[in-house]
Amino acid sequence: MEYMILLYSDESFEMPAPDTAEFGEFMGEWMAYNQKLIDGGHWVAGASLQPTATATTVTKTFGGAPSVTDGPYVETKEQLGGYYLISAKDLDEAIALAKQVPIPAGSFEVRPVAFRPDAA
Amino acid sequence: MSSTDDIQAALTRLAREESGRVLALLARRFRNLDLADEAVQDALATAARRWPVDGIPINPPAWLFTVARNRAIDRLRRDTTARRRTLAAAPDLIQHDDAIAPSTSDPSIADTMILEHDEHPGADDQLRLMLLCCHPALDRDAQVALTLRLVGGLTTTEIAAGLLVQEATLAQRIVRAKRKIRDAGIPLTIPADLNERVDVVLSVLYLIFNEGYLSRATDTIVRIDLVDEAIRLTRALADILDDQPEVLGLLALERFHRARSATRIDGAGDLILLEDQDRTRWDRHEIAEAGAILLRAIRQLQPGPYQLQAVIARYHASARTAADTDWPAIAAAYHQLHAMTGSPVVRLNHAVAVAMADGPHAGLAALELVDGLDHYHLYHASRGELLHRAGRHDEATEAFSTAIALTANDAERRHLTRRRDASRRAQG
Repeated sequence: MEYMILLYSDESFEMPAPDTAEFGEFMGEWMAYNQKLIDGGHWVAGASLQPTATATTVTKTFGGAPSVTDGPYVETKEQLGGYYLISAKDLDEAIALAKQVPIPAGSFEVRPVAFRPDAA
Repeated sequence: MSSTDDIQAALTRLAREESGRVLALLARRFRNLDLADEAVQDALATAARRWPVDGIPINPPAWLFTVARNRAIDRLRRDTTARRRTLAAAPDLIQHDDAIAPSTSDPSIADTMILEHDEHPGADDQLRLMLLCCHPALDRDAQVALTLRLVGGLTTTEIAAGLLVQEATLAQRIVRAKRKIRDAGIPLTIPADLNERVDVVLSVLYLIFNEGYLSRATDTIVRIDLVDEAIRLTRALADILDDQPEVLGLLALERFHRARSATRIDGAGDLILLEDQDRTRWDRHEIAEAGAILLRAIRQLQPGPYQLQAVIARYHASARTAADTDWPAIAAAYHQLHAMTGSPVVRLNHAVAVAMADGPHAGLAALELVDGLDHYHLYHASRGELLHRAGRHDEATEAFSTAIALTANDAERRHLTRRRDASRRAQG
């Protein structure tokens, strides 16, 4: 099965500056996690997003013209910051992989994919 | 020829004791929970129809398995035929997957042998089913409903009556949970972190027990006693997990409580405090058995929260009079329990035990350590009780008033109102 893991965490958390030792460590964890997904045959896709300050929401209503507003769809304490699309044999495996995402504090929503037009 | 009563009893036993195992076996074989559930329900209905005519089969579980398995195979054949027709007519409408195909090896002979000869037939399958019903990805209400329905073999009507909810609500809950199991890919497996998952099963069973225990307080006459059902399921889990100490701990705890359940409520439906209960009406046989179970758990030297709660229940059950209660020992047990669980409710109980052992002032001091229970009526009720005993009647009256405002249970509200009025009178 395929699962989407939506990564919600506090985006005000500051990333270590490039060219510091902390940055190397920080990136290293992500690279290791990505590699693990690839090696295990779980990787389908993944991305990190720009902060919600860059978000624009397009809202369509029945019969009305679409409106465009500044900001994310919902203002929450933790923000959608990225996602993984993975392949896993069942929900337990997907949850086990989600637990290993190298974000120290946050909520990761795991959802089965219903249909993906470009699926293999 | 068996009497109607015998047949009724055999049918009930079949549903309660055997259907869960058969369902577990079929769910794994066909990798389809819904199909297995429907097949078992069908087979149970067939039993209710045929047995009064044909008599009770020699081996009811094997009969149930065979009939349910055949039903499932029939269903699959029909579905496959329908799919084939659709595929021929409109090939783009059909998703190609092999999940619908039954396992290749014929399950019939091997499984019937297991059912007939193994001492714990399909224990692993039953465990898988319990873990599935209590999967952390399902919400608590769904876990309870599924466990009673699929593992416990109760009907939707029986469960709804036991939990005091509308049947339609409960049926909806089960449908939704089964849909999530299917669509989210929740597996029928025994995970590596088994203990963690067994903890969830234990908490669900204890919740079922408490639902039954509390509803015994209501005027409603329920046909299904969830207290007995929870005990039955806990015993089954203890068998499956080879007397794992925490499972035995929960079983002992439930049975200590059941031994006293007849004395908890008076004729008017009012709550009787432990200290005022008629101890001669406690079920001594039940207490002795609970004690033996607890001993079997404790001998394994792997303490845990359920065992400790059972130890506390045992101190209460073995005191001939309320005054004989070994409060210092109970306070010590609560202290240990708090170290294990960090629960503020346990800390509250600890304070109450300290008060009983060393007086209300010591109890109030222990109560100072309780955090985060401002909205819990029993916190204010206990505080009111201790303040009353310490002679601080005005504060006690206030604490009881807060407790009354927070409780939803009628019997408890009446009790608390009596206590508040007593404090108010003492205030003068």
